Amino acid sequence: MARLTTEPELRHAGLNLADDPREVREQVESDVFGFWVFLMSDAVMFALLFAVYGTMRHATAGGPGPEQEFKFHSAFWETALLLTSSFAYGMVSLSMKHARGQLWLALWLGITFCLGAGFLKMEIHDFLTMFHDGATPERSGYLSSFFVLVGMHGFHVLSGLTWILLMGVQLAVFGPDDRVKVNLIRLGLFWHFLDLIWVVIFSVVYLEGLSL
Amino acid sequence: MRRDFITYCFGYLAALSLTGIAFACVFYRLLPPVQTFALVLVLALIQVIVHMRCFLHISLKRSARADLQLILFSAMIILLMVGGTLVVLFNLSARMM
Amino acid sequence: MTFWHILLGRLTWDSLVFVEAWRNPTISEIIGGLAGGVAVLGAALLFGLITILGRWRYLWTVWLTSLDHKKIGIMYMVFAVIMLCRALIEAVLMRTQQAIAINNPGLVAPDHFAQLFSTHGTIMVFFVGMPLLTGLMNFVMPLQIGSRDVAFPYMNSISLWLTVGGGIMMMASLVVGKFSTGGWSGYPPYTELAFNGGVGPDYWIWAVSLSSLGAMMTGINFAVTVYKFRSPGMRWMRLPLFTWTTLCTAILMIFAMPPLTVATLLLAADRYLGMHFFTNDLGGNVMNFVNLFWLFGHPEVYILILPAFGVYSEVVSAFSSKELYGYTSLVIATMVIAILSFTVWLHHFFTMGQSAGVNSFFGIATMLIGIPTGVKIYDWIWTMFWGEVRFSTSMLFSIAFMITFVIGGMTGIILATPPLDYLVHNTLFLVAHFHNMLIPGTLYGVIAGYYYWFPKAFGFRLSEKWGRIAFVCWVPGFYLAFMPLYVMGASGVARRTQELFDPALRPWVIAAEIGALLLLAGLASLFIQLYVSIRQRHTTRVPVGDPWDARGLEWSMSAPPPEYNFAVIPQVSRRDPFHWQKINNGAYKPADHYRDIEVPKNSMCGVLIGLGMTACFTGLVWHMWWLAVCGFTFSLGTAIARSFMRDVRRTIPAAEVEAQHRRWLETTAAALPIPRHLEMTPENEGLAKWQG
Ligand code: HEM
Ligand SMILES: [Cu+2]
Repeated sequence: MARLTTEPELRHAGLNLADDPREVREQVESDVFGFWVFLMSDAVMFALLFAVYGTMRHATAGGPGPEQEFKFHSAFWETALLLTSSFAYGMVSLSMKHARGQLWLALWLGITFCLGAGFLKMEIHDFLTMFHDGATPERSGYLSSFFVLVGMHGFHVLSGLTWILLMGVQLAVFGPDDRVKVNLIRLGLFWHFLDLIWVVIFSVVYLEGLSL
Repeated sequence: MRRDFITYCFGYLAALSLTGIAFACVFYRLLPPVQTFALVLVLALIQVIVHMRCFLHISLKRSARADLQLILFSAMIILLMVGGTLVVLFNLSARMM
Repeated sequence: MTFWHILLGRLTWDSLVFVEAWRNPTISEIIGGLAGGVAVLGAALLFGLITILGRWRYLWTVWLTSLDHKKIGIMYMVFAVIMLCRALIEAVLMRTQQAIAINNPGLVAPDHFAQLFSTHGTIMVFFVGMPLLTGLMNFVMPLQIGSRDVAFPYMNSISLWLTVGGGIMMMASLVVGKFSTGGWSGYPPYTELAFNGGVGPDYWIWAVSLSSLGAMMTGINFAVTVYKFRSPGMRWMRLPLFTWTTLCTAILMIFAMPPLTVATLLLAADRYLGMHFFTNDLGGNVMNFVNLFWLFGHPEVYILILPAFGVYSEVVSAFSSKELYGYTSLVIATMVIAILSFTVWLHHFFTMGQSAGVNSFFGIATMLIGIPTGVKIYDWIWTMFWGEVRFSTSMLFSIAFMITFVIGGMTGIILATPPLDYLVHNTLFLVAHFHNMLIPGTLYGVIAGYYYWFPKAFGFRLSEKWGRIAFVCWVPGFYLAFMPLYVMGASGVARRTQELFDPALRPWVIAAEIGALLLLAGLASLFIQLYVSIRQRHTTRVPVGDPWDARGLEWSMSAPPPEYNFAVIPQVSRRDPFHWQKINNGAYKPADHYRDIEVPKNSMCGVLIGLGMTACFTGLVWHMWWLAVCGFTFSLGTAIARSFMRDVRRTIPAAEVEAQHRRWLETTAAALPIPRHLEMTPENEGLAKWQG
């Protein structure tokens, strides 16, 4: 069988696939793989936004730069929130894998949502403060690239939050059926992936800007 | 169950400490700016690997070839595109001075 | 802010081309008005005809909402051919303009001419080349790997309708508003708000975005299909070459679309939100755009060419009655080309001012691509060598491709040499070069593939006579139309030029004009071929499904194939599986037992999502914000609603599969095996006689 070379069970710590019939396993395999491919395409997009940011790092055109605008503490707490939410989603996956009951699942999903929402709230607050200081995206090429890069991540988080809500509803309607499970796995990949992008953002954007 | 849980916990703690070190270096200005940034980048790279390993369950041994191939190929493309962009644009701006 | 202003945004009466032509009846405006009229009338005629014939229900239930990869593939191609007609007519108009306009304003005004080359280029690349190839890959690839469908049939439908939506926007720009004048590459700062405040660049941005969204999803879909949906035993080195090129094209789509998305998105950010990515002031940097665009642009040309390489590999092997020579080297060459294509993008802007070192690096990298390409050409030649070559239409186009493409490759080496490129950059030499690659590399390939797989798709062969007539138009037409451009380019005529000033150029532009007309005649012959073939389909039916004595799995079922493709999933044990089945008496056998088959039910969600996004982007073009919001919400809502549907599959009972399969086997048993030299005659029912 060319299609299935390894046991998928360990790979997607989210789904106990071993007892399912082969067709279901294969479908899940390709569904998840397809989502990986999408994430990689998305990663290229982020990578290019980083590259553009890098080339525009000094294009402040006399306007405000990172030294004045970045807040160390909010960057730190945002990071903490997002990392914790990633851990919380890990618990979602575990509850699903070991069939710990819907309540656990819903609980951790809820926690993930709150942490993500908290992150987004802080980020929006930061943006508004910057706007208030006159650091708007129209001010300079540097600020344009900053807002598009970080804003794009924020937009992804917003999409992730919407998705979490949607999955909550689907859990209520269908219970954890196959499709809900596959989508929870994909959502998990998405959420951890956003965390990963954020790691690069806080390193390359915030810490670089603050280390001067 | 146990093992999976430990993996996540390990990942979380590792992520927190790597982040903590990076932020601390910058906050207390332990090193000159260039070295700080280099260190931050290295820490970020380690953290990316930790996330891949603990949260996304990609590893050298167990995971199916396809996922790993995909990620390595993407990494190569990203390196080419980002590296190329930086080289070309810095070269251009150097020549505009 | 009046009510009308909110409702219509930037749209006014004056946006209609007809009004413009009425007010200011110059030839140029009248041509514009006529084109708009043709677009409106054509659409009205189409709708009217379908209504009169009462075919809406049929169209909707059998085609538009279908998730069957074969039908989606065919729809892709129909759409692309419509767009091809427009783009080719525009090309002829441009050639006519240059033929007339020597020290004389000619037919179309500069601004109109600029729209012509911008729409021609954009359409040819995004709405002709890519959909034609995507259609072909959609139809053929799952059949070749022994799969019942692509990995994500529903996403396949979304891709199609997003692409069609982009095409609709392109057509709308004929009627309301003006398209971009910034060329297919849309370079800022010219396309920035400061210099180009109208809707043109916005049309370009959003039409291209729809296409690139669709292409990215297609890429994901195809890559996952090839990775995960191969039939048992179909190992990597047993894949047919067309599947290999499909995989590599899919990978290029996945990784090359993001740079385009970023480039257009940032340009949109500049235009809509007043940001400064590519502006001349406040830190903007146009070089970023150029770099991003070509990070996409170069892999894109390989997206347009690789699938055709796959087609030629199949065609040359089938019509030479031989195994493909150098299979392994062809696979490696394909992969090498795909990877190298990410390392050469800078050759599109050698003249932007990088240092000589950077330019040389990219020049050499570019030339390296010549090596794997050369390997391929040799492999095809060796495949023909001592084969029983039949000069069918497909084969003629393949041979014309090999010769023509090599010429184009050689001028490519000239362009890849930075000092030489400084001389011919942005001249007609470049225009000649890329048409020299794209016409043989995309169009000939598609024509060859179309002729080759058409009997599989529709159950009857295409007229060979008209195929040859088309060939006689397409090949000399190409040489006549584009060889003069090399000469003019080398003597310094800039591309995108609306008026010329040197009477010595007249013979060249007139030759080019005749060539363009011949190419138009070539397209017309293809339509006539289709018409004639449909008329005489009773004499060309090939129900058994293997008219060319070919080798891949796609020939192992009836023509047209059942919707589930394979009654039983084939077990593959070596390369060219069907060929070996035929030799070992393993083909045309009933299965031991049949199983129920699940296929996706039709869904209208793909159509709705595509149209919703089109509405959204059209709203963005015209600043009708309500439309943008509604369109987007509608698409999102549809996608969400669909995620709540659980009953999305339909089962075809084993008994039905068996009955159908046995019926086909009876047809096969009754058919007369045909030796190859009779394959163009009415005797050919699609059953090949085995010859040593
Ligand atoms: C079939 C016959 C074709 C003819 C007669 C034709 C003719 C032309 C002409 C006259 C131009 C304008 C040259 C100038 O700048 O002065 C042009 C540009 C262009 N063509 Fe074609 N073309 C043909 C097919 C194609 C195909 C198949 C493709 C791609 C798949 C293509 C892609 C382009 C592109 C990208 C441009 C550049 C547009 C720009 O300047 O932005 N063409 N073509
Ligand atoms: Cu190129």
